Amino acid sequence: MAAQKQIFDVRSLLRRPEFGAFVSALFVFIFFAIFGGAEFLGPGGLSSSLNIAAELGLIALPVALVMIAGDLDLSVGSTMMASAVVMALLSGTYGLPTIVGVLGALAVGVVAGFLNGIITTKTNLPSFVVTLAISFATSGLAFGVIRLLTGTLQADVTPEPWLKDTLGTLFFNNWEGAIGLFILVAAIVSWILYKTKYGNWIYAIGGDVISAKATGIPVDRVRIALFIGSGIGSALLGIVQTAMYNSAQVGAGSSFVFNSIIAVVIGGVLLTGGYGSPVGVVLGCLTFAIVGQGIYYTGWESDWALLFIGTLLLAAVLSNNTFRRLALGGGRKKKEAK
Amino acid sequence: MAKQTEKPIFSLQNVTKDFAGYKALNDVSLEVYPGQVLCLLGDNGAGKSTLIKVLSGFHRPTSGTVQWEGEDVDFRSPKDANDRGVATVHQFGGTFPLMSIGRSFFVGLEPTKGWGPFKRFDKKYANETAVREMQALGITRVTDGERLIGSLSGGERQASAIARAVHFGAKVLILDEPTAALGVKEATHVLRIIMQAKHKGIAVILVTHNVSHALTVGDHFAVLIRGEKADDFKKGERTREQITDLMAGGEAMAELEAELSTLTGVINKIH
Repeated sequence: MAAQKQIFDVRSLLRRPEFGAFVSALFVFIFFAIFGGAEFLGPGGLSSSLNIAAELGLIALPVALVMIAGDLDLSVGSTMMASAVVMALLSGTYGLPTIVGVLGALAVGVVAGFLNGIITTKTNLPSFVVTLAISFATSGLAFGVIRLLTGTLQADVTPEPWLKDTLGTLFFNNWEGAIGLFILVAAIVSWILYKTKYGNWIYAIGGDVISAKATGIPVDRVRIALFIGSGIGSALLGIVQTAMYNSAQVGAGSSFVFNSIIAVVIGGVLLTGGYGSPVGVVLGCLTFAIVGQGIYYTGWESDWALLFIGTLLLAAVLSNNTFRRLALGGGRKKKEAK
Repeated sequence: MAKQTEKPIFSLQNVTKDFAGYKALNDVSLEVYPGQVLCLLGDNGAGKSTLIKVLSGFHRPTSGTVQWEGEDVDFRSPKDANDRGVATVHQFGGTFPLMSIGRSFFVGLEPTKGWGPFKRFDKKYANETAVREMQALGITRVTDGERLIGSLSGGERQASAIARAVHFGAKVLILDEPTAALGVKEATHVLRIIMQAKHKGIAVILVTHNVSHALTVGDHFAVLIRGEKADDFKKGERTREQITDLMAGGEAMAELEAELSTLTGVINKIH
């Protein structure tokens, strides 16, 4: 029934939250296919876009859930950096097995997410401020600890083969293992949002938190869980990058804070919460990555990519509003006796 | 006809609600009977909202007792009230405009199928049930549970919220200004749905400004003025004029009329 509708009812397609993201992904792909030429469409070009999209997606997908529930998480960059530092310290500096470092990194994500969640829900402060504060605190702590223990801002690690050969390597010389993880995370996030009652709770909390509470949804616990989710996503990226580069990337985190929000918004999630889809966010990550990588294949200065992203973001926010109006319009405009 | 039981299902005894020294409710007693519509009338700031917030578990009374089926209860949260069978519908009905009809119908009480980690939201059942329950209330235009709540008209949204309450076996239905934002035709439809709920034996508490709407469906009326219950009467015991006067604070209305007549007098002189 649903499949039939998607084929025959163009209007219902238009009303889907990921439609705008699909259009922008298609647009930038065609644009760079034309101007970037064969090289952009070759395995080197495609894989570089997909690798960037996959890395961004590990953070953007769980962040999308946070944003659909009406919160923001600005601490993802610091969490990622801190978990990479912990992993490198444990498995590198102290020579413990790789699994200990990986678990330590994940624990950093869980703790940071839990702190974000518990402080936001208990104080009723905007998550914007709370996660910004946690972000700075986490960065400071990570820098402080690594300098204290190693005397530098550098921590190297040689991951064991089980990690290095899965997440730390390029398959067929091009494709990052993170792509597999990205698909897995996308599947989990989609399952939660579309197929479980928790998905319904997330939409309801983002839609109207007071009414959601009145229906008996454990609002605080859900919000805390979502922050923990984005913490784990950040830690996963920290683990992937540490495995790739054999060291903790201390300066790497900050760009992911805004990039994840950009990907989520281009993906059709409303900044006010209550609306959005994981499929859209996957497309948003692809759009972002195609612009960033595609620019290299055009021969233009890479500075233009920023202009591109900025324009795209603005267009996405504007079209999100239009699509929301379309969605609320119900589609069938029968002439009715008023 | 409605079942007329002698015992109130829900009652307030001498309830006072104090907000930092300001008495939003002062010594209010009220009884709600199954299968009857109680209309709560009063001007803005008269304490209507506070009263329904006490009834629906958002506020706890400062003093006085709340009774459910004759026994004292203490609602600590809206969920407590909900569990007993108190459902509240706000002015704009469905409060999740960007959720589908099926999803919003079951928020917090999602039907699931499957087991263990594969337990999943039963979308088909949710959509079908929501549409069926709305159609049962006369909203026949709604046939697709995937439509967003925000695409419904004001009356349809009210209907979806009332349908949800009825479906989950609400015993007391609190409607906060359900007709205030609606046109005449839509308001009539909502009033008809209120009558349907009443005939199902549900106790309805209708908060409204509109005396005509109140007189159309009400069995019992309570008027609040500045946090106190100014009057309490049954259908037919007061005229429309008496009620309008009461709602506007009685004397105030007479004064205003006198003032207006002097003004129009002046205008007449000019002409």
